[in-house]
Amino acid sequence: MVLIVNGVKHEVSLEPDVELLSVLRNELNLTGSKYGCGEGACGACTVLINGTPSRACITTIGSVVGKEITTIEGLEKNGSLHPVQEAFLQSDPFQCSYCASGMIMSAVALLNNNPAPTDDAIVTAMNGNICRCGTYINIVNAIKLASNHK
Amino acid sequence: MDNKHNIRHSFEPDEHELPQKPAYPSGLDRRKFLKLFGGGLAVAFVLPDMFLFAGETLPPGSSVLPTNQVGAWIHIGEDGTVSVYTGKVEVGQNIRTSLSQIVAEELHVPITSIKMVMGDTDLVPYDAGTFGSRSTPQMGGQLRRAAATARLALIEMAAKTWNVDPKSLKVDEGIVVNTTTNNKIKFGELTKGQQLLLPISNEAPVTAAADWKVAGKTVPKVNGRSFLTGKHEYVSDMKVPGMLYGKILRAPSYGAKLIEADVSKAKAFPGVVVVHEGDFVGVAAPDIRTAGKALHAIKAKWDETTGQPSNSTIFDYLVKNGSGVGGGRNSGDPKGNIEEGLKTADHTHTKTYNISYIAHVPLEPRAALAQWAGGKLTVWTGTQRPFGVQQDLSEIFKLPKEKVRVIMPDTGSGYGGKHTGEAAIEAARLSQEAKKPVKVVWTREEEFTWAYFRPGGLIEVNSGVKNDGTITAWKFLNYNSGGAAINTQYKILNHHIAHIPSNTPLKQGSYRGLAATANVFARESHITDLARLVKMDQLDFRLKNADDARLTAVLETAAKAFGWKTSAKATGHGYGIACGLDKGGYVATCAEVVVNAHKEVKVIRVTQAFECGAIVNPLHLESQIMGSMVQGLGGALFEAINFAGGKILNSSLSAYRVPRFSDMPKMQIITIDRKDLPSAGAGEAAIIGIAPAIRNAILDASGVGLSTLPMLPNGVIS
Repeated sequence: MVLIVNGVKHEVSLEPDVELLSVLRNELNLTGSKYGCGEGACGACTVLINGTPSRACITTIGSVVGKEITTIEGLEKNGSLHPVQEAFLQSDPFQCSYCASGMIMSAVALLNNNPAPTDDAIVTAMNGNICRCGTYINIVNAIKLASNHK
Repeated sequence: MDNKHNIRHSFEPDEHELPQKPAYPSGLDRRKFLKLFGGGLAVAFVLPDMFLFAGETLPPGSSVLPTNQVGAWIHIGEDGTVSVYTGKVEVGQNIRTSLSQIVAEELHVPITSIKMVMGDTDLVPYDAGTFGSRSTPQMGGQLRRAAATARLALIEMAAKTWNVDPKSLKVDEGIVVNTTTNNKIKFGELTKGQQLLLPISNEAPVTAAADWKVAGKTVPKVNGRSFLTGKHEYVSDMKVPGMLYGKILRAPSYGAKLIEADVSKAKAFPGVVVVHEGDFVGVAAPDIRTAGKALHAIKAKWDETTGQPSNSTIFDYLVKNGSGVGGGRNSGDPKGNIEEGLKTADHTHTKTYNISYIAHVPLEPRAALAQWAGGKLTVWTGTQRPFGVQQDLSEIFKLPKEKVRVIMPDTGSGYGGKHTGEAAIEAARLSQEAKKPVKVVWTREEEFTWAYFRPGGLIEVNSGVKNDGTITAWKFLNYNSGGAAINTQYKILNHHIAHIPSNTPLKQGSYRGLAATANVFARESHITDLARLVKMDQLDFRLKNADDARLTAVLETAAKAFGWKTSAKATGHGYGIACGLDKGGYVATCAEVVVNAHKEVKVIRVTQAFECGAIVNPLHLESQIMGSMVQGLGGALFEAINFAGGKILNSSLSAYRVPRFSDMPKMQIITIDRKDLPSAGAGEAAIIGIAPAIRNAILDASGVGLSTLPMLPNGVIS
């Protein structure tokens, strides 16, 4: 089957019930998406599928054939950071940063749909992402910096 | 107390309990040191009093080092790159950044010219580990003096080159400038072609915090971009050619013994290697799915241990299995006579506090990649103790330490939960058998079940107070959870304070703040109860009894910002306050909660004042405080390990609740920058105030004084 990841087509010969996260990390060497729980409960593996934030650890590859899969590695274009990454770089919200790629992917999806979210909208959209270092308020501020609420 | 479930290394290391001697015999570090550097200026950290201790004197420029005292070293290369070698590791506390700031400050070089080499046992001097909030006060202090010594040496080298008085020279951005002639020479040019070793001079003047230009300022995470692009390689992301993926067969419950295991089907998978050695059974396969299938194909019979306690019986169990008063550490000397103190009190108060076992839940579970080559074992692993893991590997595989290299790339957090090297040992064993590199990444369930926990405990407090607020008696016994911050910060006439170790049924070890979260919860809850008994305001009662000006300062700062006495409290709302000190950090926390008619509790806002001496990086300090408060909030409200029959019953993130965005109260953080005081660590003390502050606010709102952590596993006062 063919997976389209960050605009590149990859031929993958695996069973359709294999999790997308495992394929991204182990077959395609796209390790920016992280394993945190294996049950879609922490958001560390968040990727966009046709623009919708999805947990790659509970997404089978069979279900995403032909769809546009975007990972953290696909945000940077020609060496330039995505505006959301740029805002996170500027505001420096993280500690260990293991949750960073999942947080950024969820934030990108949120801001694509709602360029000026309220605090409540940010919390609702981001609540599936765990930052165990607990710098949630920094992360909300980084998302606000990336939003149209400047 | 010896107990198979206590992690072998001390989980409450006090300064005097830290290993004083490096695991290396003297001389090895020196060889390592000399091997690393060609030309350039190398400064090793050696205190002059250590020289005296060793009976040696060492003139500047000497190449002899009493190497067992080397704590860190700095090398200035010919290209001007400043390499800093330290055994400390980065687990998210942003120490890579703050140590870089400290060196840049003292050496007067741009922070971008600094390369931190951390936690690689082949390259850095021995270090006991990254814990106990020691990196900033100890390693930071050492590097400050090392960098200051190097700056002085460079100035002297330039003075000789130009044949001028060193006093006429200054250093700016890695360049020595002659202030009279405006001649300039770069550090790299000065050190060219020379190999110099210098001991650290305690005399080298360091910059006062008030004059800091790089330290003391918000500097962004030095390698921040790599994390935001997904490029940083955590150990779990690593891949080397020919690498296999390892999986370990886990026992069905704690204490289970393997009777037999049929591994024939596992071995039949192509490319699969199986190790079956005693109770250890593991597989390694060319891909992760085959590893999983091979593991699944193993038929094992286990003999399980019966009669293990559950979380519903644990507190009685810990008391019954206590080792007796006085067995623990960190307990202060008793003072006065408790019975007398109780007799002279106007009110007495006895209460028992229960502390549940909780999990660290580092978002990156344990991971290791092991590789054997030419009789040498190299392991990349996320650990707070690379040299401790090196020691373990050296013992298990019967290798001299120089044949074991442990490397710790910046890791997906620890919080005191990664002192051990289980995954490293597993990967190394599988790799030895497979003769190929093997990576082992634990699942979340494995991390919950086979790592270790913050100890549960039971704390009995028996106290007396006079109507004027004088505390006459304070008996404080902590069963099992530990002795950190157990001593009271209040003026108390008679006290008896002790940690009583017990026979923990779950593996327990270090945690952010160690037992300080438990001891401060019990103490500060109890103090508010005493204040209420004598009808004094909780804040006033603390200010009356506080025995430390720095504590008073954080209390007053937090109360003022919170509006303790000035903001109107709505119906159903309550205010609580708590304070404490731990590992050089002073904290005071105010909380506001609302309790509705259904006894549901919502934490509305939290204000916390924190002081840890001179601030090195304001933004990163605030992140440490915020993170501590949020982690403390989880343990205060809902985090608890459920267990029975030697099994963990909530070993997943859908079953074990950690704080999320929606759990955030309004948070106000106030830092007090004491430029006149040395910088202390900040990763731990900031966690201790939130649980008792919330508890005291709930009491204020509802009249119910909760005494078990977590307080509201279902969100409701029960």
